[in-house]
Amino acid sequence: MRSAKKGTRAHRAGAVPYLFLAPAMALFTLFMALPIGYTVYLSLRRTKVSGLGLGKGARTEVFAGLGNYTAAVSDGELWAGWLRVLGYGALVLVLMLGLALVFALMLDAAHVRLARFTRISIFLPYAVPGVAATLMWGFLYLPGLSPFGEHPFLSADLVTFSMANVAVWGGTGFNMLVLYTNLRAVPREYYEAARIDGASELDIALRIKIPILVPSIILTTVFSVIATIQVFTEPTTLRPLTNTISSTWSPLMKVYRDAFVTGDLYSAAATSMVIAGISLVLSFGFLRIVKNRAFGES
Amino acid sequence: MAATTPPGTRGHARPSPRRPLGAVPTGVLVLGAIYTLFPVSWVVVAATKSKAELFSTSTFAPGTGLLSNLADLFAYREGVFWLWLLNTVLYAGGGAVLSTAVSTISGYALAKYAFPGRNLIFNMLIGGILVPSVVLAIPQYLLFSKAGLADTYWSVLLPQILHPYSVYLARIYSQAAIPDSLLEAGRLDGAGEWRLFRQVALPMLTPGMVTIFLFQFVAIWNNFLLPFIMLGDDHKFPLTVGLYTLLAAGANQPSLYNLIITGTMLSLIPLIALFLTMQRHWRTDLSGGAVKR
Repeated sequence: MRSAKKGTRAHRAGAVPYLFLAPAMALFTLFMALPIGYTVYLSLRRTKVSGLGLGKGARTEVFAGLGNYTAAVSDGELWAGWLRVLGYGALVLVLMLGLALVFALMLDAAHVRLARFTRISIFLPYAVPGVAATLMWGFLYLPGLSPFGEHPFLSADLVTFSMANVAVWGGTGFNMLVLYTNLRAVPREYYEAARIDGASELDIALRIKIPILVPSIILTTVFSVIATIQVFTEPTTLRPLTNTISSTWSPLMKVYRDAFVTGDLYSAAATSMVIAGISLVLSFGFLRIVKNRAFGES
Repeated sequence: MAATTPPGTRGHARPSPRRPLGAVPTGVLVLGAIYTLFPVSWVVVAATKSKAELFSTSTFAPGTGLLSNLADLFAYREGVFWLWLLNTVLYAGGGAVLSTAVSTISGYALAKYAFPGRNLIFNMLIGGILVPSVVLAIPQYLLFSKAGLADTYWSVLLPQILHPYSVYLARIYSQAAIPDSLLEAGRLDGAGEWRLFRQVALPMLTPGMVTIFLFQFVAIWNNFLLPFIMLGDDHKFPLTVGLYTLLAAGANQPSLYNLIITGTMLSLIPLIALFLTMQRHWRTDLSGGAVKR
């Protein structure tokens, strides 16, 4: 009797985790696996136009092989977009993560004043949608409204910097908080021991705190790289204010245009697979390089 | 703490040789705070200016047009701005509640049960972190159109429920917060698995759930790409898409700038209010998640 009961309970518990996971798995299947599969499928198809392309049945969908991919890879406008995003991304990553690191170290430094106020203030843009941030800065860039004088912030030369500033403004606080919370978890005795040995605050920051932060810096970098490659909101929102941002400024904007303006779903699907591939390669590649350099020696 | 001593002045009680360094971090952080608060304070002041004042008065001089700006904004397309605000609350609130529920029960199952396929399921769910949103958003739109659900509330709500990072956090919280012995004791007392989850696990997971809720609420509130792609009817827009269309319509008409600026200012208030009132949760729970990584 007892063992039989135990048996049923073990059996019930055996199905329980699957039941608990069922909603997540259903959502995963419907809203992740299925769309990804559909993108792969679409990226291998194209429209075939027969005759004049008029009438029913004149346009049919046929297998295209890797044609859309070769077209995407050899598309000059897409490469120009990658170059623009590369320049923009390098600026954002260096400035945003550099500032986040500096602010985190300063918050954690001895004798700092106004720490609570400044920490909350610098984290505040996290609560501001990218569209709203871009609108605020966009107006601040406009000659006539700008308190910075009549600089051509949205000219072809400066627009990348102006856009990078919006992203840096929006992203620094969150990364700062991630790094700062990691620093708070370090036992204070480490620093006391170093101080007794005559280390300055700068020494402590450079030789103890930054090495401790390396894993979190790597993680925040990977997430920032993924986000930067997909930049869409800032250039799209800034576009109505200037004619220096094309509708294909970033690769993701080109995907949007191909899919919804020109209506070429197949090449949009192929391009979005290329974007996904590049962001995977970059984030894994970065992880590998950094891991080898940071942890390989020890 | 001698927090009242102004930076740079040498306190008598603590003749520390590192004293001047306190001024450097404080100065850097104050500069950072000025940088982040600058556009927000600008938009607040600019929203008070009338059309004429916006281009004529000095940047931080408050104007006299706040009430008429608000009246103009609320009159815009029969008060569609309020609808955008309500929609955003619905998407972010509903989405974050559902997301927290799904993440919590999934994380709990992954942390507290051993079963075949556990690692496979975990890796599949987590792998979503690396999938760029663009790869999902366009086919999601096409699939929703095929199901006749594009341009509905569902099309914005449903795809944002599953959030890989939240499942990951929930698993970590469950591992850390719920002792196995407690579950075992409950099982010996004859409690069913669902009751164990509801009455033993959930109360212990509440702080973690607050964090997951907040993360998701902010993420959905700030999302632009998905509703931008999914929705065509401006009565279903969230604030982000609404503000964008306002700008797209008014960028070449400086007479509409007041409307856009006032709308931007108003759109900041709810989230900043939430953020400031939940300050404590952000800090403690973020550190909880980060440390146990």
